[in-house]
Amino acid sequence: MNLQEFGSIREVMAKANDKKSGDELAGIAAETATERMRAKRVLSELTVHDLFECPAVPYEDDEVTRIIIDDIDKAEYEKIKNWTMAELREWLLADSTTGDDMLRAGRGMTSEVIAGVCKLMGNMDLMYASSKMHIEKTCNTTIGGTNVLASRLQPNHPVDGPGGVTASTLEGLSYGVGDAVLGLNPAIDTVDSTVTIWNLLQDIKHRYDVPTQICVLSHVTTQMKALQTGAKADLCFQSIAGSEAALSAFGVTASMLEEARAMFMQDGSAKGPNVMYFETGQGSELSSSAHNNWDQVTMECRCYGLARHYDPFLVNTVVGFMGPEYLYDSHQLLRAGLEDVFNGHLHGLPMGCDVCYTNHMPTDQDDGESLAVMLTAAGCHYFMGLPQGDDIMLMYQSTGYHDIAALRTMMHKRPIPEFEKWLESRGIWVDGHLGPNAGDPTRFLEEAV
Amino acid sequence: MDFLYPKEMEKMRRETPARIGIGHAGPRYTTKAELDFWEAQTRASDAVQMEVPKEVVEQLGVFEVRTKCKNKYEMLTRPDWGRLFEEDAKKKISENCEHHVDVQIYFGDGLCSPSVGANIPDLYPALRAELEAEGYKVGTPFFVRYCRVNTARTIGPLLDAKLTCVLLGERPGLVTNESMSAYMALDARPEMSESDYKVVSNISRIGMPPVEAAAYIAELMKGELTK
Repeated sequence: MNLQEFGSIREVMAKANDKKSGDELAGIAAETATERMRAKRVLSELTVHDLFECPAVPYEDDEVTRIIIDDIDKAEYEKIKNWTMAELREWLLADSTTGDDMLRAGRGMTSEVIAGVCKLMGNMDLMYASSKMHIEKTCNTTIGGTNVLASRLQPNHPVDGPGGVTASTLEGLSYGVGDAVLGLNPAIDTVDSTVTIWNLLQDIKHRYDVPTQICVLSHVTTQMKALQTGAKADLCFQSIAGSEAALSAFGVTASMLEEARAMFMQDGSAKGPNVMYFETGQGSELSSSAHNNWDQVTMECRCYGLARHYDPFLVNTVVGFMGPEYLYDSHQLLRAGLEDVFNGHLHGLPMGCDVCYTNHMPTDQDDGESLAVMLTAAGCHYFMGLPQGDDIMLMYQSTGYHDIAALRTMMHKRPIPEFEKWLESRGIWVDGHLGPNAGDPTRFLEEAV
Repeated sequence: MDFLYPKEMEKMRRETPARIGIGHAGPRYTTKAELDFWEAQTRASDAVQMEVPKEVVEQLGVFEVRTKCKNKYEMLTRPDWGRLFEEDAKKKISENCEHHVDVQIYFGDGLCSPSVGANIPDLYPALRAELEAEGYKVGTPFFVRYCRVNTARTIGPLLDAKLTCVLLGERPGLVTNESMSAYMALDARPEMSESDYKVVSNISRIGMPPVEAAAYIAELMKGELTK
């Protein structure tokens, strides 16, 4: 192993990373573009074995590392351990390598190996390689089918007002949004509020017979307590991070996630078997000083190594939420979105992306729309759908209900098949585009008027 | 567009500030909806990127210092510098301010420059009057450019303030680009934790109006000071 001018694999990995303000804030980024290129060259000659033997946090010190390493398929690892990163990259891109081959080999790769090869990929490499992998997961319905582009309906409201949440949900359904999940970020993280919104969303799901899943994105411990009251939800949500210390900043442990999963399998309303929903985003480890001096792509990648242990139905990277100190501008935002979806897919995960930005980044809605098209080409499983992309509770912008419809029509994608049939029966979706009743949420109120 | 039940649509719109019932042009937005959104977003973006004009600071009648950040780019990418001051700035604060006060209040641009001129002229005098009426000694106000919340960790000990409060522009959403928050901490110090701050957010014409906010913040402060 020849690291040339670099002191460690950690340093090579950090400096080989594409430019990110978060790595600069951490003081670990390449100083110049040419130094970055030298690090990429060195990285290309490291082997799968080299990176496997160098977890970002030592095995003894970190439960995330232990989960990632203990979950490795040893037989698959043995087949690839002597490949260089350069060889691995070309094998992933080869026409003779199928998506299933990639997913099988991925089970033999630690998150550090996957993060490593990602750093040798250009944007189109990432899109192309991502698009080859076909990953299906089943909760009540199945996500990830051929040419399916699903959507999470995000009906957030400043005070979780039931009238407002209902209005935004019906509006979203009227645009064909909500096949991945009807999922609210609560303004109030309490058991009572979680139960109220669970019941509200269940009621909409049952009243209109919508083939989908429901979820409230409160803390996992809140949802576990809510489940104990006898109320039901389909999916259990939690934000996760790539080290034990960063998880702990979220008030979460691996055993807590295991317990929550068992509870939702047993007492939740989903058919399953996939009942977990995780969110991630580059920079969260640094923000809690729990990155162990590693770069944000590798730390983010370790979230996926953790996530795959729980075989989730949904994972999405909230790519532009952390702010300009982690991803400064649209160039960094687009790159991160493509990295995250590729890295998640190679971990075997059904990856979605919250294509979003805050108003203190020098970005705008056009940047988000561009990334949504790129990620649709990459085979991203789902996007968020919000009323015109404007989140009035979390104060950031994401993709809108209309964007989901436009992406499906323009890129020849469709909703999850049962949901598509449901939309067609209501005149919301016809022949691959919005139908005559689209955009009119009052059509759901016939019973009420 | 024509809704099946237009009155019901009106009712739904009143339930939420979300952009619902906006119709569509094929799978895209109507021209009006598109322009409304862009206008709100660019206003929010400008509010972050623009500087608080010198004249606004002069009209407030306060002196100005800046954090370790030299410009907006550093302000946005180096939150660690946005909480620190160079020695000359600390000297200026120390020399121009009263020390050993009950309450030290200062203003910061934070992530929303227009919030300073929009709220401080109503918010600060009312807040100060409420506190002085109760006999509290209120320190000398000043303005911090490129300011983050955690400047309070330096200001509190520097001026020996029992309670330190920064009135700070908050990250704008699309609803308003004039919103400000008050962060206050009893016995602010470098090793304090984020959860030691009491926060009043969403202060603006269309959130909690500045004069109303002043009364609310004063009550909170009195509660803290009599702990």
